Amino acid sequence: MTHAPGQQVPGPHVLVVYTDDEPGVLTRVASLIRRRGFNIHSLTVGPTERAGLSRMTIVVDSDAQRVRQAVEHLRKLVNVLEVEQLADKPMVVRDLVLLRVATASAVRSEVLQLAQVFRAAVVDIAEDSVVIECTGSLAKIDALVDSMRPFGILEMGRTGAVAMARGTRTLTKARPALPLRTGTSPEAMSV
Amino acid sequence: MSESGSYTGAQLIWESLLREGVDTVFGYPGGAILPAYDAMVSYPIRHVLVRHEQSACHMADGYARASGRVGVVVATSGPGATNLVTGLATAMLDSTPLVAITGQVGSALLGTDAFQEVDITGITIPVTKHNYLVTRAEDIVPAIREAFAVARSGRPGPVLVDITKDAQQSRAALDWEAATPQRHRRHLPAPLDPEALAQALDLIRQAKRPIILAGHGIQLSGARAEVLALAERADIPFALTLLGLGAVPATHPLSLGMMGMHGESWVNRAIQEADLLIALGMRFDDRVTGKLKEYAPHAKKIHIDIDASELNKNVPVDVAIAADLGDVLRTLLPQLPVADRSGWLETIREWRGDSAVRDIKNLPDDGHLYAAHVMHDLWRLTKGEAVVVTDVGQHQMWEAQYYKHDGERSLITSGGAGTMGFALPAAIGAKVARPDAEVWVVAGDGGFQMTFAELMTAVQEGVKVNIAVINNGYLGMVRQWQAMFYEGRYAATPILSPDFVKLAEAFGVQGQRVECRGDLAAAVAKARAFEGAALIEFKVEQEDSVYPMVPAGAALHEMIRRPSALAETGSDPV
Repeated sequence: MTHAPGQQVPGPHVLVVYTDDEPGVLTRVASLIRRRGFNIHSLTVGPTERAGLSRMTIVVDSDAQRVRQAVEHLRKLVNVLEVEQLADKPMVVRDLVLLRVATASAVRSEVLQLAQVFRAAVVDIAEDSVVIECTGSLAKIDALVDSMRPFGILEMGRTGAVAMARGTRTLTKARPALPLRTGTSPEAMSV
Repeated sequence: MSESGSYTGAQLIWESLLREGVDTVFGYPGGAILPAYDAMVSYPIRHVLVRHEQSACHMADGYARASGRVGVVVATSGPGATNLVTGLATAMLDSTPLVAITGQVGSALLGTDAFQEVDITGITIPVTKHNYLVTRAEDIVPAIREAFAVARSGRPGPVLVDITKDAQQSRAALDWEAATPQRHRRHLPAPLDPEALAQALDLIRQAKRPIILAGHGIQLSGARAEVLALAERADIPFALTLLGLGAVPATHPLSLGMMGMHGESWVNRAIQEADLLIALGMRFDDRVTGKLKEYAPHAKKIHIDIDASELNKNVPVDVAIAADLGDVLRTLLPQLPVADRSGWLETIREWRGDSAVRDIKNLPDDGHLYAAHVMHDLWRLTKGEAVVVTDVGQHQMWEAQYYKHDGERSLITSGGAGTMGFALPAAIGAKVARPDAEVWVVAGDGGFQMTFAELMTAVQEGVKVNIAVINNGYLGMVRQWQAMFYEGRYAATPILSPDFVKLAEAFGVQGQRVECRGDLAAAVAKARAFEGAALIEFKVEQEDSVYPMVPAGAALHEMIRRPSALAETGSDPV
C-alpha cells in the first residue's frame, strides 16, 4: 500500500510480531486484521535467526486505542509468540522501493542526479527508462517517489517496512522461554 | 510414558480422545471420516448420531456448558464440515470449549476440488480459537492434545482438527508425553499487577452506589463463591448478563436480575445511576450497554476479564485487569473492608416497587395464555431446579425474566450468536452430560422448526428431555420489532406450524397441547412423569411483546416500560 502524493505518512505504529514459521500463519493474521477492521499500512514477513520462528513487521494506520486492540487480538492467536509495539521506542524502520522511471533523453541526467541525492542505486537502464532501487525510512522513500513523479513513474514496487528497536535488547533473547511447538515436525501440521 | 507398537491414525484419534477424558461424541459419519468411525467401535465411546451436523455442534456445546467438560463433535469432509460452521460460531461467541474433528479428502487430493473437499480450516479461522489440518498419522496426537489445551485454556472456545483420510489410514507410534502441548501457555495472563488491585480496592472503598455486573466468566472461572463473598462483604448488589444468569443465584437478596435490552427497569436505572461498575467476566456487549456514549455516565469502572482484548474495547474503564476472575478475587477479598450500603439498596428497592405492579406475571390471565405465565409456572413447578435450554427470541427473554436461575449451569442459551435452532440439540447434549438433571427445552415455534429432526436423535438415544414449544404463530421477536419500529408491517414473520402434538407422536415423543393457564400444571406433571422425551405446545397470545425494552441504539434508561395495568400506554419511558 502507498500514499497519494502529499499525504502525510501516518504516525508509525509499528508492531513486530513473532510467529511460528508454519503454513497459513499469514492467513490467520490477515484474517484477524480484516475482520476487526484494523487499517494497515504495510505487512512484511520473513524468517528470523531462529529456526521455526517468523517475524512480521506490521505498520498500523490507526489511533493508539485501536492499535492496543490489534495487539491484544494478535496475542490471542496460538501461532503468535509475542507482539512488540515499537512506537514508543527508538527504532530503525526501513522500506525498499524499486522504481521504473521514464527517462526521455532530455531528463535522463536529471533523474540520475536526483537518484544520487537519495543515495539510490540505478540497477537497470533501458532506452527510455531506468530502474532505481532505494532503501530508507518510509518518509525518505515517499520523498523519492514524490520527486520522481514529475518524470513519470512507469512501475513501482515497495516491500513495506521492516523495523527493529535500537539498542542491544532483543525480544527473543529477552524471552528465551517462549515455547515453540513440540511433537513432530511442524511443516505438515497446522494451517 | 511411551507406548510401543504402532496404531492407525484412526486409532490414534480415539486413543487421544480417551486420554483427554472423552466418553461421548456427537457426530455423523461419511466417506472421509469413515476410517475413524470404523476404529471407533473398538473403543468405549458413546456416539450420538445426530440428524444434521449443525446439531452435533450444538449438542457438544450443550454438553460442555452443562458439565464444564470439553464437548466433542465428529463430522465428515465437505458439507459435513461446513454444516458445523454455525455451531462453531455459536460456541466461539459464548466461549464454549469444544473440539471438532473432521475428515478430509486424501492429502494427495487437497486443493483439487475433489469430491466432498472443502477448505474447512480456511473457512473456520474466524469462528475457532485455532484449527489444524493434519496430513500425517504422527501429527494426530500432538494436534488433538493441543486442541484440547487451547479449547480449555484462557477464554475457552472451539477448536477444529481436520484430518485427511490417508492420515487416518497410515500408521504411527503413540507417544503421549512427547505430544505435551506448549503453545497454549504463550498467552496465559501475566501475574496480577498490585497497583491495579490497589486502585480497584480504592474505588470499591470510596463507592457509594456500586454495582457488580456478573457475566458468564464467573461460571467459566468457577468463581461463584468469590463473587458472592465480594458482594456480601462489601454489600454490593449484582446485575446479571444473559449468560451470567445462574452464575450467582437469582434469589439472593443482593441479586437485581438481568441487565440490558430486556433487563428490568430498576436494574438498568441502577446501572445508569451507579458511581462504580465492577464488571466481572462480561464484555459490555451492545445488548447490555445500549448507547455507549450515555452508558453509566456517573460511574467509575473496574473490568476484570481473562481476555485482554475485551478490556477497553467497548467501554473505557478506570481499572482493567486481564486475569482469571477467581485468582483476582481471592487476592482482593482479604483486603476488602466490610461495608454497609443499605441506603443505596433501599433506593433500588423503591425503584423496583413501581415495576411490580406492571409485572405481567401479576396480571390476570383473563382467559389468555401468556408466555410469561408459562415461564413463571414452569419455574414454580420445577422448583427452579431444572436445567433450561432456550432458543432465541421472545421466549428466550421471557425465560430469562421469569425463570429464576439459582443453580450454576442451569441456563443454557445462545447469547452472543443468537442462534435459532440451538435449544433442542443443546438440551440433548446437556441431558447426556447430566443424566440426573431435569432438562427443559424452551423454544419458539420458529426456532423449533429449524432443528426438530433431533427429536429422533433423542428417541434413538433414549434421552429424556421435556420440551416447551411457545407457539404464537409468528417469528415473535422480529414481529415485535416490526410492530415497534417498522410501522407494523409484518414482512415474512407470520409462520405456520405443523400439528406439534401429532409431530411429536410421529417421532415417538409424548405430545400435549395447552391453551389456557388452568391446564398447564397437569400437562407439565404428565410430561415430567413420562419416561421418554415429552413435548408440550403452548398456544400463547399471538401479539404479545417483551417488556421492558431498550430500543437498539437508545441509552439504557430510555426504556419502553410494560404497559401498566391501570394505563395501557404503549410507550412509557422512565
